Amino acid sequence: MKNKITKQNLITYGIVLAFYIIVEILMLTGVLSSHMKGLLVPMTYYAIIAVALNLCVGILGELSIGHCGFMCIGAFTSAFFSRATENSIPTVPRFIIAFIIGIAFAALFGFLIGIPVLRLKGDYLAIVTLAFGEIIKNVINSFYIGIDSKGVHFSMKDSMALGMEADGDIIVNGAMGITGTPHNANFTIGIVVLLISLFVVQNLVNSRDGRAIMAIRDNYIAAEATGINITGYKMMAFTISAAIAGAAGVLFSHNITTLTASSQYFGYNASIMILVYVVLGGIGNIRGSVIAACILYLLPELLRGLNTYRMLIYSIVLIVMMIVNWSPKVIEWRKRTFGRLNLKRAKEVA
Amino acid sequence: MSFLTYLINGLSLGSIYAIIALGYTMVYGIAKMLNFAHGDFIMVGCYIIFSVSAALSGNSVVGIIVAIVLCTVLGVTTEFVAYRPLRGAASPLAVLITAIGVSYLLENIALLIYGADIKSFTSVVNWEGLSFAGGELKIQGVTIVTIAISVVILIALQLFINKTKQGQAMLAASEDKGAAALMGINVNRTIALTFAIGSALAAVAGALLCSAYPSLSPYTGAMPGIKAFVAAVLGGIGSIPGAMIGGLVLGIVEILSKTYISSQLSDAIVFGILVIVLLVKPTGILGKQIQEKV
Repeated sequence: MKNKITKQNLITYGIVLAFYIIVEILMLTGVLSSHMKGLLVPMTYYAIIAVALNLCVGILGELSIGHCGFMCIGAFTSAFFSRATENSIPTVPRFIIAFIIGIAFAALFGFLIGIPVLRLKGDYLAIVTLAFGEIIKNVINSFYIGIDSKGVHFSMKDSMALGMEADGDIIVNGAMGITGTPHNANFTIGIVVLLISLFVVQNLVNSRDGRAIMAIRDNYIAAEATGINITGYKMMAFTISAAIAGAAGVLFSHNITTLTASSQYFGYNASIMILVYVVLGGIGNIRGSVIAACILYLLPELLRGLNTYRMLIYSIVLIVMMIVNWSPKVIEWRKRTFGRLNLKRAKEVA
Repeated sequence: MSFLTYLINGLSLGSIYAIIALGYTMVYGIAKMLNFAHGDFIMVGCYIIFSVSAALSGNSVVGIIVAIVLCTVLGVTTEFVAYRPLRGAASPLAVLITAIGVSYLLENIALLIYGADIKSFTSVVNWEGLSFAGGELKIQGVTIVTIAISVVILIALQLFINKTKQGQAMLAASEDKGAAALMGINVNRTIALTFAIGSALAAVAGALLCSAYPSLSPYTGAMPGIKAFVAAVLGGIGSIPGAMIGGLVLGIVEILSKTYISSQLSDAIVFGILVIVLLVKPTGILGKQIQEKV
């Protein structure tokens, strides 16, 4: 049992590493266009947040449609730190501290939001996570923070209300966001962070704590009766999930010149897109999330040749895939048709 | 006086949310699914009115009727093609994702036909409105019509659900599908009827929404759809008076916070209200608390 789990985990790391090596070779031989290269880092952070969301939806069993809010917190706190200390700390330690800050703040907010949210159930919980995601986005959009010789200035009105000195530097400029974050993220770092988050989640799932979390998912009354601390474990899984989403946010903000809390990246639509990755990759299947995130992120980009029809095709593929994969009647039909084929094959082998 | 104007504007926006939320709450109550595509039915309705009115040189009444009919057909078709096959699937998330797929599909079809540029919508209400207190308090015609229509719809729906056989069948199917089927209720047809009513309401809401806020794009329906869903949850999902109350509260809070606090933060305040209400009453204002048994 133990060895089987280890083997499964190793296969997941192997797939990620193999993918990394193939991409690196393609990059060295110059096959990859610069457009494709630009997609690599986004692919890693979407894979990371898909892993995070799968921990919440698949392992903990609570539907969250506001996970991009945590990514937003990770992105903004880390970008703020990097911008503020751009000239005072060398790149490597600064980026490491930026990661720690992004993850810590995302985890803190995951914890704080988890307290009220996890009291709710089912679709009520889902809509409240959506609400929190939108609140985070909107509140960050109205922040103005600047630094000058007198220290940090903060306002929620406009950049003039900061009352900055002449040498001041407005870092967070309301809806304009943070501009000029150093581009520290690259594909290698993205893969490393993805591997670390996979390591954390897979080890959590196969630990005593992970089994407790899954017991709550499967039957919380029975879990409670066995003496499992339901609130504690729910909070733990939710906070870890938020923290990993924060790490994805750090990669996000250090890969983009202008960071704005726009709906395109941090709204409920973005969160739903990641939920699509998780569901198509297999709810509770961590490896599936990574693969689905990579394929589904690339799919609309690869269909770019079809231009206006690409999202249309994507949506039709999505509906058809869901019906083929999940409809009870289709599953039964598949079993009947392909089951017969398998029987024939088995007979031939015999 | 200006406060009263804002309050009435909020009431009008709230009535629109309420009409959308009625569709949401009925569909959720019976099919137990979040129909994320509901907001896009509004957009489809608006575009139909837009096209038909343009073709008939401004005759919006025909446009509204065509929109209601086509939206009903669209709702029933969507239910039949995309949602019905997934009833009884192993995970309730399956149908949620399909609904998202339908939402993307409708948005992109609209994008292909009409393009991404914002169309200006001519109001379907050609009434100046009333003015009180010597012109100090002006109420636009569309505002009055919106509030009146929403009240009529609420009363009609309440009567339909409580007084007709089909309405009772809906209640029964939302309570327990298996038992309802045993009582001779055609559950599939009842659910299709619910989708038909919800989609028709979406078309009406679309006409009113675009008359009050006359800009039409393929994403017009998305945010009102989500807000209406929030309204439905706020009022207690599955409850028809709840959807009405939730919609009105949301509309008034949105307009007042836009005016007096900050237009940037108004959405955050609206969603904040939802969070606070659900913390105090986890099943919404009029929601029923169902005790789970072991």
